[in-house]
Amino acid sequence: MAAISPDVVSNETKVKKKKRGRIEREQIKWGLIFLSPWLIGIVVFYMIPFIASFGFSLLEFNLAVPEATEFVGLANWRRALFNDPNTYESFGVTFLFALISLPIGMAFALLLALLMNAKSVRGKAIFRTLFFMPTMVPLVAAVLIWGGVLNEQTGWVNLLLENVFGIEAVGVDGLRWLANPSLIYFTLTFIGLWAVGNTMMITLAGLQSVPTEMYEAAEIDGAGYWRQLISITIPMISPVLFYNIVLGAIGLMQYFLVPFVLNGGSGFPEGTTNFVGIYFFNQAFKFFNMGYGATIAWLIFAVSLLLTVVLFGSARYWVYYAGEE
Amino acid sequence: MAAMTAPNNRSRLAPKTRDRLNVIFMTSLTTIILFIFLLPLGYGIMTSLKTDTQISTAGSPWYPASPILFEYEGREYEVYDVPVDGNTFQWALVNKGREASEFIDPQNVGAGLIPWEGRWRTLDQAWEFDPVWSNFVEAWNTINFPRLLGNTVFYAVLSTIGAVSSAALVAYGFARYDIPGKGTLFLIVMATIILPPMVTLIPTYAFFNQIGWVGTWWPLIIPQFFANGYNIFLLRQFFLGIPRALDEAATIDGASHFRIFWSIILPQARPALLAVTLFHFFFAWNDFFGPLIYLAGNPDLYPITVGLNGFKGLYEGQDNLIQAASLTSAIIPLIVFFFAQRAFIQGVVITGVDK
Repeated sequence: MAAISPDVVSNETKVKKKKRGRIEREQIKWGLIFLSPWLIGIVVFYMIPFIASFGFSLLEFNLAVPEATEFVGLANWRRALFNDPNTYESFGVTFLFALISLPIGMAFALLLALLMNAKSVRGKAIFRTLFFMPTMVPLVAAVLIWGGVLNEQTGWVNLLLENVFGIEAVGVDGLRWLANPSLIYFTLTFIGLWAVGNTMMITLAGLQSVPTEMYEAAEIDGAGYWRQLISITIPMISPVLFYNIVLGAIGLMQYFLVPFVLNGGSGFPEGTTNFVGIYFFNQAFKFFNMGYGATIAWLIFAVSLLLTVVLFGSARYWVYYAGEE
Repeated sequence: MAAMTAPNNRSRLAPKTRDRLNVIFMTSLTTIILFIFLLPLGYGIMTSLKTDTQISTAGSPWYPASPILFEYEGREYEVYDVPVDGNTFQWALVNKGREASEFIDPQNVGAGLIPWEGRWRTLDQAWEFDPVWSNFVEAWNTINFPRLLGNTVFYAVLSTIGAVSSAALVAYGFARYDIPGKGTLFLIVMATIILPPMVTLIPTYAFFNQIGWVGTWWPLIIPQFFANGYNIFLLRQFFLGIPRALDEAATIDGASHFRIFWSIILPQARPALLAVTLFHFFFAWNDFFGPLIYLAGNPDLYPITVGLNGFKGLYEGQDNLIQAASLTSAIIPLIVFFFAQRAFIQGVVITGVDK
C-alpha cells in the first residue's frame, strides 16, 4: 500500500508542468484504456448496485409479486433494527461462532506452519503437500465427507472414541456432533480446518522471513523455545496474523456454504446455525424479499466495515511493522 | 564416575542424541497430526467402497468387506469366528440352533458337521476385504456426472479466461501508467476485495432477472470480464517487480503499448499469471452461492457443487453413495493441484506477504 503514495505525488508534480503535456496525455489515454475493463466494472457491478441496494432497502419489493412493490421509507430498517429478533440473533450467533472458530483456526494454522518450519521435522515437502491437499477438495464435498465421519452412529470419530479410547460417544446419548447445539460450532470449526492450506502457507512465509540472527541472539541470552516463540516469533509475524484475522473475520460475515449444505439453512440445531449469511439468503432468495434482503445486506456491510475499522485500530497496539517505530 | 572421567566425550555425544530424539519426536508428532487431519478422507474412501449391507450391519469392519461364505452341499453358509477351548476357528454355520449349533470346517470338510454348544448369535461374523466399485458407477450415473462436469468446466474455463485477461490489462495499467488519482483508484480496488458481495447482489440479481438472464450462466461469467480486485492486486504486485528498462527499450524501438504488454510484460509474468489462473479456476470449480441463486430451478445447467448438494438431499441414508460422489468431485482439482502445486503455493504466498 505504501507504494501508492509516490505515484500520487509524482502525478501531481507532473500535472503542473504543462510542457510535457503531449506525453502526459498519451500516458493518461493509454492508462485509461488499460484500466477500462475495471473502470466499467466498478461502476456497473459495484457502484450502481451498491447505491441501488440502499434504494431497495427503502422498498417493499417481493420478486414473486413485483407489481406490489411500494416505497416504505425506513420501515425495513426499523424492522431489522428494532422489531426483528432474528436479525440480532443472526449477528449474535455469527459473532459467537467467530469467537470459537477464528482462534482455533489461527492456532492450528500457526501450529502447522511452525512444524513446517521446524528443523527437526523430516519430509517437510511431503507434509506440506498433504496438509494442503484437503484445501483443494471442493467445499461441498468436504462438508459431506465430514458429515459422514462425524455421524453419531457410523462415523469414525465416535467409533474411534468409543472403541479405542473407551469414551461413550456412539449413539443418541453420545457425541452428536451435528445435532448438539453446544458441539455444532466445533464441528463447523473442524470442517473449516480442512481449508487451512492458504493460511498455513502465508504464516509459513511469515515465519521464514524472521531474521535468524534474532533467534541466535536469544539463544545466547538463554531464552528457551517458548520464550522465543512468544517474544520473537509472534511479534515478528504479527502482520501476517493480522492479515489472516481480517480476512477470516470478514469471511465469517459471509459464512454460508457449510451450514447450508449441512442442513439446508434451517438453523438446525436450535437456531445455532442461523448465521447472517444464511438469514440473508433465506430472506432474499427463499422468500424473495428483495427489499428486506437488501437491508440485511447493508447491515452486513456496515458491521463488516465497523469490524475492519476496529481491527485496523487495534493493529496499532499489537501489530509490529519492521521499519516503523 | 563415568561422567567425571569423560566429560568431553559425553557432552559431545549428548546433543547429537538429543537432536536425533528431537527429530524422531517432532516427525512422529507431525505424522500423528496429519493422520488425524486426513482421517475424514480415509473414512470417505473406505465408506465409498462398502456395500449397503455392510453399512447397515453393526459391528462390521472399518474397511470395505463382505461376509465370508462357504458352499457346502450346494448351499452357501455364513462363516463365523467360533471360540473352542481358547482357540478361534473360522467355521461355516450349517444348522442354527438356539443353544447349540452345527458347523462345518471349510479346511476339513471330510470331518463332517461339528456340534458346538452356545448361542450362535453371540458369535462374530467373519469378513474378508472386498471393495465394491459399483458405488462410483451408481453415483456417476444418478448424479449425471458428465453433465455436471461439462457445466463446471464450461464455467471454469470461460470465467477464468475473462478474469485473467481483464485483470492482466488493468494491473498493467496500474503498474505502468501515470494517471491522475491513481492512488485513490487503487484504494478502491483494495476496498472491493473486502466488500461483502451481498451488498451489491440484490440489485444485480434483479437486473439480470429483468433482462431474462436468471437461469443462465451469463450473470456468473460476464462480470468476470471486468477484472476483480484480488487478481488485479496480485498481478500489479508482480508487474511492479519487472524492470522498466525492458519496456523503455521497446518504446524507443517503436513498439506499441499493446505490443509491450503482450510481448514483454506477459511472458515475464508467467508465474503470476499461472497463479491467478489456478486461483480463479479453483474458485469457479468451488463456486456454490452464485450458481445456487442464478441457476435455481434449471438443473440441466448445475455445476458439480450444486448437483452434489442436491444428491445429498436425495440419498440421505446412503453414505456409501454420498462419499463416492464427493470423492469423484474432488478428483480433478486434486490432480490439477498435484501437478501445479508449486505455482499455486507460490501465488498464495505472494498475495499474503505483500499485504
